[in-house]
Amino acid sequence: MTFINYASREINCKIVYYGPGLGGKTTNIQYIYDTTNSDSKGKLISLATETDRTLFFDFLPLDLGTIRGFKTRFHLYTVPGQVFYDASRKLILKGVDGIVFVADSQDERMDANIESISNLKINLVENGFDISAIPYVLQLNKRDLPNITNIDEMVKELKVQDEPIFEAVAIKGIGVMETLKAVAKQVIMELKRGGK
Amino acid sequence: MGHSNIVLYEEEYQQIKTILGRLNQEANARVVFLVDKNGQQIAACGEIENLDTTSLASLTAGNVAATDGLAKLIGEKEFSILFHEGERDNIHISLVGKRVILVIIFDERSSLGLVRLRVKRASIELERVFDTIVKKVEMERQAQETGTASPFAEITDEDIDNLFSS
Repeated sequence: MTFINYASREINCKIVYYGPGLGGKTTNIQYIYDTTNSDSKGKLISLATETDRTLFFDFLPLDLGTIRGFKTRFHLYTVPGQVFYDASRKLILKGVDGIVFVADSQDERMDANIESISNLKINLVENGFDISAIPYVLQLNKRDLPNITNIDEMVKELKVQDEPIFEAVAIKGIGVMETLKAVAKQVIMELKRGGK
Repeated sequence: MGHSNIVLYEEEYQQIKTILGRLNQEANARVVFLVDKNGQQIAACGEIENLDTTSLASLTAGNVAATDGLAKLIGEKEFSILFHEGERDNIHISLVGKRVILVIIFDERSSLGLVRLRVKRASIELERVFDTIVKKVEMERQAQETGTASPFAEITDEDIDNLFSS
């Protein structure tokens, strides 16, 4: 649900980072926060537990500049990945414009990735969206670790249709901006089509 | 996608600003602002210079969404008013026409009773404005379907790349 303000000439879009617990969603947003210059970012808000697990969401407002005279602002959110926070995840998907799925490449997390994608599909439907119609990017994170599933297998298991796929090491920033750019591009293209 | 975008035009924006300005004055509030349910700030007025209104908007929407979830769990339709009392400042949050969230921050110069009273009238006025907005968006969509161009129809790949070049 893009918010277009003709009066102040602003477009606001909401992008949600989804994925299994400890997969690197917050790390993605943290990296974007750390590397963006201070004029174009707001405060990074993290509603996390004492052990830094996301409790409700992380939130980062990002001003990307103007497009056709409209200030383009992206609001990045992460969901809590842990299975039992499903009610919170559902709430955060409300009014989403684009989704990044952050998959954990470690062998032992493959089941968690699959479970999280199927949870995403269900929660999208409950919010009135369809995963195959909404701007969507798949990120294969933690590619620097030793015990990882190979790319072909991950793609085979996790790919929804023809979404852009990026390899990433979010903690070092590899693939992070590429992922954001790909989803932002789709969101803006959706706007071009009239948001229908 | 089945979800319509919110579009705010100059005329309605000014009407909203006027309503919020009056509410701010009549309720002796510090800050009055309006947020959509997804956390996007629509308009604000009052002492907002030192206030992070973007974060406020996002957290308010999160708060309302969580409370809404709580309501559903116990079989309530919604909790239409939330009130947070602090040592110095208080926050009064209410839903307007199930669409937008009206937030008022006030201190000892005002009272909960006064705020509630003033919110009631302003809500009715705001609801009327949002009815108009919904109608306009619908008309705009029909116009687009019949081929009238939107300002975003011309966006190119280059425009998007430029956003990330800095």
